[in-house]
Amino acid sequence: MKTTLTSTAGAALFSAMMSTTAMAEDLKIGMVVTLSGPPAALGQQIVDGFQLALDHKDGQLGGQAVELIIEDDELKPDVALLKATSLVEREEVDFVVGTVFSNMLQAVFKPIVQSETFLISPNAGPSTFAGRNCNPFFFATSYQNNQNAEVSGMIATEEGFENVFVMAPNYQAGRDNVEGFRQTFKGSVTDEVFTPLGHQDFSAELARVSTSGSDAIFTFMPGGMGVRLVNQFEGAGLSDSMKFMSVFTTDETTLPGQKDAAVGFLAAGSWAPDLPNDDNLAFVAAFEEKYGYIPGSYAMQAYDTANLIDSAVAEVGGDLSDKDAVRAALRKADFTSLRGDFSFNNNHYPVQDFHALQVVKREDGKFHTSFVRTVAEDYADSFHADCKM
Amino acid sequence: MSLTLFLILCLNGLQYGLLLFLIAAGLTLVFGVMGFINLAHGVQYMVGAYLIFAFTGLTGHFGLALVLSLVTALLIGLLLEYVVFRHLYDRTHLDQVLATFGIIIFLNELAKVLFGPTTLSIATPEFLSGSIQLTEQLRYPVYRLVTIGVGLVVAAGLFLTISYTRTGMLIRAGSTTPEMVAALGVNIKQLFRIVFGVGAMLAGFAGVIAAPIFAIEPGMGDNILIVAFVVIIIGGVGSIGGAFVAAILVGLIDTLGRSLATELLSFVFNPSMANQIGPALASMLIYILMAAILVIRPKGLLPAKGVH
Repeated sequence: MKTTLTSTAGAALFSAMMSTTAMAEDLKIGMVVTLSGPPAALGQQIVDGFQLALDHKDGQLGGQAVELIIEDDELKPDVALLKATSLVEREEVDFVVGTVFSNMLQAVFKPIVQSETFLISPNAGPSTFAGRNCNPFFFATSYQNNQNAEVSGMIATEEGFENVFVMAPNYQAGRDNVEGFRQTFKGSVTDEVFTPLGHQDFSAELARVSTSGSDAIFTFMPGGMGVRLVNQFEGAGLSDSMKFMSVFTTDETTLPGQKDAAVGFLAAGSWAPDLPNDDNLAFVAAFEEKYGYIPGSYAMQAYDTANLIDSAVAEVGGDLSDKDAVRAALRKADFTSLRGDFSFNNNHYPVQDFHALQVVKREDGKFHTSFVRTVAEDYADSFHADCKM
Repeated sequence: MSLTLFLILCLNGLQYGLLLFLIAAGLTLVFGVMGFINLAHGVQYMVGAYLIFAFTGLTGHFGLALVLSLVTALLIGLLLEYVVFRHLYDRTHLDQVLATFGIIIFLNELAKVLFGPTTLSIATPEFLSGSIQLTEQLRYPVYRLVTIGVGLVVAAGLFLTISYTRTGMLIRAGSTTPEMVAALGVNIKQLFRIVFGVGAMLAGFAGVIAAPIFAIEPGMGDNILIVAFVVIIIGGVGSIGGAFVAAILVGLIDTLGRSLATELLSFVFNPSMANQIGPALASMLIYILMAAILVIRPKGLLPAKGVH
């Protein structure tokens, strides 16, 4: 970025001074997440999860004081691009953590990796950057979008479902999920329906579901869509005649709105709040105490992201100028993930276990997803072979 | 496609249409009669939904909460009129758009501050929670049928009020020649305030009855406002009858289109192609309709008499 400022020698000198002072003092982390509109709950979980990790480490990662700059992408690609560009060009951050949604990641990806700043996604894991277009400056601590759906396909097969109705919103992640499910599901898909993003009334789709003769429905309806779908599914009386399985539809962000209607519904994921390991249970307890709600996978992934950065910065002794060393340190994933086993594949997407989950009601009347059994161990995504890195 | 499925779709379309009508009715009167662009009208829908959520929580009784919500929605509408809108009647449309857009942002954020960003829901009232067995697997919730009935009653009431009562006559007269009506000794500002308050209350009512079916979330009124504008343009600005016809039309086309577009396209294209184009085309249908209406009948299907 100095080369872009060499119009006058003074500017170059000034910017060089600025970046050295910043490096000596703090670790600057920029965060681009969605904090407005209905999906704000997801972004908020990421902010809260990351913040909790910082609290646990007295505001330091890798022994350096952290300056965290949080930006709201408003779920608009142009806004996301603007915020990301400002983070790398004006703030000259060391890491960018973002985004919640895959389409936002696609918007911010180029300017960040081209400026040779490390971009770590705490949630979005599109197929686009997992294969041929993988990038040395991009890491995902979450999953690859298709994976949860692929595992759902395995669960559906294991549960013995023969005919499954598939429904997803009409955008990249929706299509990724449908494709992922189809890939591993051995039975037949009775019908495939794509709804608009933010769909309100599912009754037309549910009418089709009811006449399709399916024994289960598989869906991916994050946020408010999931709340509406689950409540309307229950209202149409379909819960009695078929199974409901989904990814990111009945999770800790939507369950407060779905309540009893979702109990018993199946899900797939790499984590649940009651995943039996001590670090995780301590995390969930601390999180609930501080923020007053049960964390979802978003918060967990953000917490892991902070710990990943912590491990990498400590490994290079706080010297972030050698990008190759930082990358090597990140690739090691030398931190304790709340999920248990965690490592990076050659495409910088995680290799981790995936589990079958089920919605349960806790004794205090709150709802969460619960670990049932592990379905896929050390599961890698299906695009990594195309990644030459 | 079976006949049952088609009937269900028609019922859903009708229900969506009536919901749209409740919102569009206030919008078309305020826009047509007062010449005022109120983008914040959609946010009243959200306010209604949050009010019923808050009041059912407080009182534990849906009927009581309904009454409280409607009164509060009316008061909020009047308050907004008093604090903001009355200063904007003589301003340009751009000023009105900017100010009312500001109100959207303010109220959306306020909802988030007060109730949090997560999606909320309320249960269907106990006495309406039953459902009618339509097919072997599918039940149709009684609540949805009731909303259709209630919507029709409100529409009829509104139509009769505008067409046959003294207030309705004054509203119609005030829309064409406000100066003349004022000269005859009618407090035209007062009249507009009533129109405004009732409009806000109707949108709030739409939010109330939608709350148990759809989810409650900040910004839920933003998308429906756009569709409401489509409705009043198709129906004819300022026309209650037009808004009714257009709302039902839009509701049916949108609902049926979503289900049928993909199936119809699959006769022409291969299935995966149809799956790609179908949903995209379905969401465009109502806008295509609006464009067509603007070309063929620029004043809308049933333009209000005397609106210039």
